[in-house]
Amino acid sequence: MTTLVKPRGLFTGLILLCLLATWLSLALGPVSLPLFDTLRAALRMIGLPLAPEGLEQAELILGQIRLPRTLLGLAVGGVLALSGVAMQGLFRNPLADPGLVGVSSGAALGAAVAIVGGTFFGGLPEWFGPYLLSVCAFLGGLGVTALVYRLGRRNGQTHVATMLLAGIALTALASSAVGLFTYLADDATLRTLTFWNLGSLNGASYARLWPLLIISAGVALWLPRRAMALNALLLGESEAGHLGIDVERLKRELVFCTALGVGAAVAAAGMIGFVGLVVPHLVRLLAGPDHRVLLPASVLAGASLLLLADLVARLALAPAELPIGIVTAFIGAPFFLYLLLRGRA
Amino acid sequence: MLSAHNLLVRRGRKTVLADVSLQLESGEVLGVLGPNGAGKSTLLGALCGELRASEGNVLLDGESLDRWSGTQRARRLAVLPQVSTLDFAFRVEEVVGMGRLPYQSGRARDAEIVADALAAADVGHLSGRSYLALSGGERQRVHLARVLAQLWPGQAGQTLLLDEPTSMLDPLHQHTTLQAVREFAGRGAAVMVILHDLNLAARYCDRILLLDGGRPVALDTPAQVLRPESLKAVFGLEVLVQPHPERGHPLIIAR
Repeated sequence: MTTLVKPRGLFTGLILLCLLATWLSLALGPVSLPLFDTLRAALRMIGLPLAPEGLEQAELILGQIRLPRTLLGLAVGGVLALSGVAMQGLFRNPLADPGLVGVSSGAALGAAVAIVGGTFFGGLPEWFGPYLLSVCAFLGGLGVTALVYRLGRRNGQTHVATMLLAGIALTALASSAVGLFTYLADDATLRTLTFWNLGSLNGASYARLWPLLIISAGVALWLPRRAMALNALLLGESEAGHLGIDVERLKRELVFCTALGVGAAVAAAGMIGFVGLVVPHLVRLLAGPDHRVLLPASVLAGASLLLLADLVARLALAPAELPIGIVTAFIGAPFFLYLLLRGRA
Repeated sequence: MLSAHNLLVRRGRKTVLADVSLQLESGEVLGVLGPNGAGKSTLLGALCGELRASEGNVLLDGESLDRWSGTQRARRLAVLPQVSTLDFAFRVEEVVGMGRLPYQSGRARDAEIVADALAAADVGHLSGRSYLALSGGERQRVHLARVLAQLWPGQAGQTLLLDEPTSMLDPLHQHTTLQAVREFAGRGAAVMVILHDLNLAARYCDRILLLDGGRPVALDTPAQVLRPESLKAVFGLEVLVQPHPERGHPLIIAR
């Protein structure tokens, strides 16, 4: 199997796809805007006075609803795909998923605590209310990942296999705790909890967007600097060490970036599966496993595909809206099976 | 230059290597022989810092091994493990190019070195192929090319440690590979190679370290080490030793 696409062609295609997805995501929805009005309004909003007056309504919809939602989709898709690459590198297995280190289940537990136990946080200041869910999910994800990482360490070394098993055990533990909260929940909170677990870009606001944008940008700028080290890590941990890589530090960075990135993504948009697993795989099929290409290409591909999935979620049953986690699983799971069967042939 | 002094390695309570002192000499190929479990790979692990010695120390250029920075050490010491697991579809020259990671010698120079190393390991014709599409022996030679590229062209002060580099190779490539290793050492690097084939060791090594039960039994020229008595004692194998009709090095024949 050799690469099908040269990096230059791949990046050109992905940038075009990403721009197209962004354009469609800004234009389409319950109130669909004409595509060219969307473009002109968007240009006006970034300060290019090329467009005529009279697009106030379009600008309002764009600025208040579509733009934060689109930015959320781009950031979530990009950072989930990047975390997938990081985990597949860490476990040296192309079928690894960011959830392996417990970050998703930890975030789900944090969210369940916030949703079901929210009424018990009576003493919290009023302004903090809307952020409670995100903060709890983020801290839950970070906390469980830290525990998984800690359990994998022995004699100053991180044992990836132990981490994997600790991740499975803690995921089971967190799931049963979420189950307990589900049992305790009343009908209204149960519905909130269920929908959160299915993920959604709905209700994006700038206030919840900024932390995610900053973290995603940080992860997206940091990981590509370690592309060569990640390539070497695929040879094996000791081989990478003999090539001069500080392997312990690299593993720490990969876990930390994943915990931050997935934690922030899940906190902002709920659980969205399969992006982190399938996108890096797809990019690898197109362009090969070199992380210098894989990392930036996965950001673009993850961002584009999540926006397209969100369009399906918005439009399939319009004006009602599907949770995006359902869409990504509906597309991702059969694709994943296809990859498995194809590899066996 | 790599040297070890009174190395002792324990695994749990069991001592798996003891009393090893040796100095790898520039331009020399040192063979390590011994039965399964004799401590050969343990010795290699201790020499490259992968296993911590319970006693004794390993010096690289007179400086304790763990005091070197990763990159500086990688420019002086390369290690070929017994088996490498790589599950990703890198192209052959990308795998070999990873050997250039400790350097910033530039894309053009790296490409030259990768081509030279590929040729030295006789895998130049595999360039452009996916690593995953190769046979076991071809993969082994690609990894040899990778560690050669890491030290290329090879000079005094550099050390190459090889753990059974010929274990999966056909008879021709067992010889071409060790010939390539000899040529590499000829440019000044010190090489230590773990082998199982006594005749290959006799032909290509300058000195041989014979290990048994984690302890050195002999460290000398092939002619001194590969004697019927010592081979009987270490391997339990009855052999005849005769000079090679054309080359004169010892030729070991099982009785």
